[in-house]
Amino acid sequence: MSKLVISAIGPSSSVQDGGRFGAQRYGLTPSGAMDRIGLAAANCLVGNTLFTAGIEIGPFGAAFTAREGAVRVALAGAARNADIAGRAVASDTSVTLADGETLKLGFARGGSFSYLAIERGIAGEPMFGSMAVNARAGLGSPYPRPLQAGDELQVATASGATERRIDLPPPVKAPIRVVMGPQDDEFADDQKELFLDSEWKISATSDRMGYRLEGPVIKHLYGHNIVSDGTVNGSIQVPGNGAPIVLVPDRGTSGGYPKIATVISADLGRFAQISAGTGFRFQAVNMAEAQAEARKFAELLRTLPDRLHSIESFDLNIEALQDANVAGAAVSAVDARTWQVSSPADALTLD
Amino acid sequence: MAATLAPPRLLPSGDGAITVEFSRNIDDAANRRVLALDRALAREPVAGVTETVPTYRSLLVHYDPVLIDFDTLSAKLTVLAQLPVPATTKARRWRIPVVYGGEHGIDLEDVAKTLNTTPDDIVSRHIAGDYRVAMIGFTPGWSYLSGLHDSLHMSRRQNPRLLTPAGTISIGGVQTGVQCLAGPSGWHLLGPGDRVTFSAVDAKTFAEQDRAAGSGEMVAELMAS
Repeated sequence: MSKLVISAIGPSSSVQDGGRFGAQRYGLTPSGAMDRIGLAAANCLVGNTLFTAGIEIGPFGAAFTAREGAVRVALAGAARNADIAGRAVASDTSVTLADGETLKLGFARGGSFSYLAIERGIAGEPMFGSMAVNARAGLGSPYPRPLQAGDELQVATASGATERRIDLPPPVKAPIRVVMGPQDDEFADDQKELFLDSEWKISATSDRMGYRLEGPVIKHLYGHNIVSDGTVNGSIQVPGNGAPIVLVPDRGTSGGYPKIATVISADLGRFAQISAGTGFRFQAVNMAEAQAEARKFAELLRTLPDRLHSIESFDLNIEALQDANVAGAAVSAVDARTWQVSSPADALTLD
Repeated sequence: MAATLAPPRLLPSGDGAITVEFSRNIDDAANRRVLALDRALAREPVAGVTETVPTYRSLLVHYDPVLIDFDTLSAKLTVLAQLPVPATTKARRWRIPVVYGGEHGIDLEDVAKTLNTTPDDIVSRHIAGDYRVAMIGFTPGWSYLSGLHDSLHMSRRQNPRLLTPAGTISIGGVQTGVQCLAGPSGWHLLGPGDRVTFSAVDAKTFAEQDRAAGSGEMVAELMAS
């Protein structure tokens, strides 16, 4: 066994896997990765099953150090500057940290969450079948809370396998697709049009429970109280203030605000990666199209291993250098003073 | 009998769930149909259905759209939802100690003001209620109760609170709810169909009972029904 020590980490970072499904009837929130493709790609790179527990890293910098042996990891999801002792590391590749080496990560670019998978996963005790952290409920393993500097994860010693890269489909810049309902009849036609025709922004008060949206006020036909019913990942509730909230994996399993529409499952990861303040739109699709997209998404997951390639160190360096050249503000991944701000809410606006 | 049951509304909740809605309101007859459909699906599973979430008035059926599509599942659910509802079994009855107002009930004064009465009056009306656990949800161990007296109905907050303490008894719309214990140990205490009443205790008794609950002791009373 080796250890992966969290040398530095920002807020909104936690151990996540595919989620804790099967007990929503007891109020047990599923949790799990915000961007499933990100976690799956990282796991695929180090030879794990797709939804093995990995580290979901929020928008800020982080640093991870191998102790008591080498550790093989892979980074996917939102791109970042990354290096090991000055050697640049590309996103969507695996890399092995020698004993004592530190992988330093900068801010997330063009997204909110990155995923660090560790070869053969993280040692821990699944709770209700999952290691996913749900901080509000005190669930998750090995720490039932967001990760903090100084935390130590027990991991396997690196196998020494050839490093790999994965070629993912290029990022899509298109509206977030929704299926209307289940309570779209609680809204007049002009309010549904307002919802679909407006530009929205993710509020800085968003978290793993819900993304609050900023835009026009959506009015209800009959008031904002309905008798509570079940929710799903992607349910779009409209509370009394008319500012929609999109429910994400740490959502309550039921809710009492009318739900105007639901984000299609294939677009949930892309939606979760929209950073605070970035404008986006919704687009309504019919059920047949939404379910066709769900099947395509399942097929993409199933065929992820076909997208792996062994890498020569030459390829790695070119890609890493290209990544490094688009670096933004100079920020030290390990010096918290350069990136920590007073609260997660303030922090999101800086992304 | 079966022919007299109205078909439920089948509402899409995205591409991986259907809300089978029996009523728009809190209605014990509708809730019994929700629980009956839930049991029917447990008894005879439909391939592709991954889990179900019973609520006051609807059953949320999660499914895998790769294995079954919306139209096929809707047709199956419509048939199952119109089967006769079996007679209900005898309910368990609980009495739960509560401290009202002050730091333990930060909205009590506001509730009284909104409803043009005194905090004491709100407390006596809430204690007079005989409640039924209609659903569990939102967060682990949160029980939604039916049976809130009409005079206590009030709108949810315009801006939802970011955090409410564990153990809070709340009123939202026509609903009342209780999170009986904080933490994983008490999740299974209340189940759908159970009956609940509340007894008022003072802050000192509450603190003692809270400590007892913290060390694993049961402070809610199971009554002879």
